[in-house]
Amino acid sequence: MKEKKLKYTLISTASVFCFLLIWYLIADVFKVFPSSTFPSPFKVATAFVRKLTVTTPDGGTLGKHLIASLKVVLLGYLLGIVIGVPLGILMGWYRRVDLIVKPLFDLIRPIPPVGWIPLMILWLGIGIQAKATVIFVSAVTPAIINAYTGIKQTNPVHIWVARTFGASNFETLLKVGIPSALPMIFAGLKVSLGASWMALVAAEMLASTEGLGYMIQMNRMVGKADNIMVGMITIGLVGALLTYILETLEKKLVKGGRNK
Amino acid sequence: MISCKHVSKTFENNGQKNEVLKDISLEVAENEFVVILGPGQCGKTTLVNIMAGLDHETAGSVTVNGKQVDGPAPERGVVYQKTALFPWLTVEGNVGFGPKMAGLPKKERKEKAKHYIDLVGLSGFEKSYPIKLSGGMRQRVGIARAYCNNPSVLLMDEPFGHLDAQTRYLMQEEVERIWSQDKRTVVFITNNIEEALYLADRIILLSNCPTTVRNEFKIDLPRPRDYISPEFLKLREEISKHVETTE
Repeated sequence: MKEKKLKYTLISTASVFCFLLIWYLIADVFKVFPSSTFPSPFKVATAFVRKLTVTTPDGGTLGKHLIASLKVVLLGYLLGIVIGVPLGILMGWYRRVDLIVKPLFDLIRPIPPVGWIPLMILWLGIGIQAKATVIFVSAVTPAIINAYTGIKQTNPVHIWVARTFGASNFETLLKVGIPSALPMIFAGLKVSLGASWMALVAAEMLASTEGLGYMIQMNRMVGKADNIMVGMITIGLVGALLTYILETLEKKLVKGGRNK
Repeated sequence: MISCKHVSKTFENNGQKNEVLKDISLEVAENEFVVILGPGQCGKTTLVNIMAGLDHETAGSVTVNGKQVDGPAPERGVVYQKTALFPWLTVEGNVGFGPKMAGLPKKERKEKAKHYIDLVGLSGFEKSYPIKLSGGMRQRVGIARAYCNNPSVLLMDEPFGHLDAQTRYLMQEEVERIWSQDKRTVVFITNNIEEALYLADRIILLSNCPTTVRNEFKIDLPRPRDYISPEFLKLREEISKHVETTE
């Protein structure tokens, strides 16, 4: 077990290292592209450190942009899952809720979250509300779909078991429906998180005065590719960190493993 | 105790009628072990589900302890074909699920679960999740779970159909032992003559589609029975003649 883990760590590290090496070779050794548009890993690393304290050319340090983005993402995301997961569960369990909500949901769902941005700017300006709303829209959809599907896939025999033990319909939902849908719900939370970051960057590029997306956009205008990459890498790292937190939570909450 | 009177069940699918059960009448006495032996895929699970209250007959009536069955109730415990344990609960959690739904306090629930886990021979596995257990062990948990709610009737729907032959023999002996220690009224469904003979006070033989009661055999062999005693083999041959004629 331990050996396997070590092997896994070694291969993962080697993979990242190889990627950096190839990048370095293309940028610095063979100079395939001009370094202003294709900076080497070292240049990006330097820019990263510099951006921690320097506010030019985009009006903020990396930390300030990151906090601005996190605020928006977490607000929109949390709202999205707090509303989406229970709604999906109720739609999956109660036929009446399904009949009422499903047609509306099916109509709204195909509209890409980014398509909401213009209307949100018009209604709410370019502050946190507009962006958080767009992120809410992106996060709520996968949260609903996965909770709904998870509940629908509840093994009917499990429901019988609960009923023969005298559980009411609501108790059956709490004690059987939700625990059995939990792995699916978590999968949805992860998809929602990814969708939230995507929507964030798009929203900040179009309508913002701060945040990582805004930072990327500003640096494009002044042609600083290294700062753009700093922004992208930060998004990648923070996204991975948040996913890791979710997975740790999942391991704590989803018990017993699943296969029938 | 259990009484089915002229029970019929017809499923309708796109206007096509499919008669599964036809005029089934049977009685099961208190603490009697009745095995319903039937071929193939016909209606046995439907019959159990009707007795459990999970399905409804289209004609006739089912009463348990003199009361009409009109829905599932804790007095009728069910052991299902595939184990149907909750994978997110430990053995203890699964066995204690019924008492929990009945509103028993945690301490009593635990004691009760422990008692039945011991009875089915799974002491030491209280904290294991079903995914870690073998097929036979899972069915033991299923039996303990049904027992733990103190039902007067146990309905067992081909509980060992998915086990390998060796484990199946072992589980038949276990069911016999558990039932002898803690008697209940049992309806046990199977398509295996040996299993039926090993367990039953009385065997009710069903015909194939639509399912009707074909024959009844009272089994008076002393318990625990011996699979290869001459009496056992003789009965086995006699019953198998009847089974063959139903095909």
